[in-house]
Amino acid sequence: MKKALHRREVVNNLLGDRGDLLVVAGLGAPAWDITAAGDHPLSFPLWGAMGGAGMIGLGLAMAQPQRNVLVITGDGEMLMGLGSLAVIAAHKPPNLFIVVLDNEHYGETGMQKTVTAMGVDLAGMAKSAGFTQSLLVKSKAEVGSLKDEIHKKGRARTGPLFAQVKVDSEKLAVVLPPREGAYLKNRFRIALLGHAVALA
Amino acid sequence: MKKTSKYSPGHWSEPVYGLLREHQIRQVAMVPDAGHAQLISLCEADKTMSVVRLTSEEQGVSLLAGAWLGGEKGILLMQSSGVGNCINMLSLSTSCQLPLLILVTMRGDHAEFNPSQVPMGNATEAVLAAMGVIVRRADTPEDVVAEVSGALSMAYHTSRPMAVLIGQKVTGAKDFHKLSQGDFE
Repeated sequence: MKKALHRREVVNNLLGDRGDLLVVAGLGAPAWDITAAGDHPLSFPLWGAMGGAGMIGLGLAMAQPQRNVLVITGDGEMLMGLGSLAVIAAHKPPNLFIVVLDNEHYGETGMQKTVTAMGVDLAGMAKSAGFTQSLLVKSKAEVGSLKDEIHKKGRARTGPLFAQVKVDSEKLAVVLPPREGAYLKNRFRIALLGHAVALA
Repeated sequence: MKKTSKYSPGHWSEPVYGLLREHQIRQVAMVPDAGHAQLISLCEADKTMSVVRLTSEEQGVSLLAGAWLGGEKGILLMQSSGVGNCINMLSLSTSCQLPLLILVTMRGDHAEFNPSQVPMGNATEAVLAAMGVIVRRADTPEDVVAEVSGALSMAYHTSRPMAVLIGQKVTGAKDFHKLSQGDFE
């Protein structure tokens, strides 16, 4: 059997030369993963709000239609917010890309299985909801194609795109992002909208 | 059967819609309630606003967090029963000091008929307050307008979640006896 993808290699690849990409990360391992790739003011790692990462991405994508928004989250977080797949698909933001790093486990609570380990097909659910593209990603070559999609510009963009990336469930060292929510919010808004927003 | 009018002039929703325009509200997130129907119609007809159809109310809390990160203002419309669905997600608003205004039409309130609406309706204010949301209540149409006006300013100027509860004295209790006779007016 082919070796499963390594989550940090996937994230390092997707966030390498990230350009003006706006990034939201679900709580737990995805937040550690994006931080391991390099903390950035235009990254918004979550410490809670389980099930909300995709919707934060939708609100941001609607507010910033010229920018591409990448949500990186885990299978457990996505499973808690399955309804958001319907909302996102129905509103069809072309600039929203959702990547689920699916290790089939709740990594922060003792590696209990999630229902994706029992056959639940997240990519199939996103496709049925009406995502323009829904991909099951299992190889480095497919990660490369996914990165190309995420970095397309203007009318070439074909979001909303959903990608279920199968990764191994190895437990990795935690790489902590800043954890004060108001700081994360303010640095993101100032980096995106300019310092004037701090005075508004 | 007469067709239900979606909009009647002079209703509180007209000045409230004016306030949403004035405050440049762009994203209107909602799980619909009958009490909001007229306001929703006004927002749907406005090309400067995007009405986002949620499947559960807590999605609106996270949606509007993203909107604010991207520089847009929003409002969240729901029935009081939906407040229960929002509890944990409201930690996002408080921990990140995000502005949020929730416009809650009450059920389980004045003259309620449906027993199942009472527990959450009765707990709505306490639940919001427990999660750090500042709550204002309106029991007349004039109060709705005044409280929405104040809450829009305060939520966005002081970066915090707020809710305005619109009492059932304003929206009117649903008359299930009439409904059972096929009277939908």
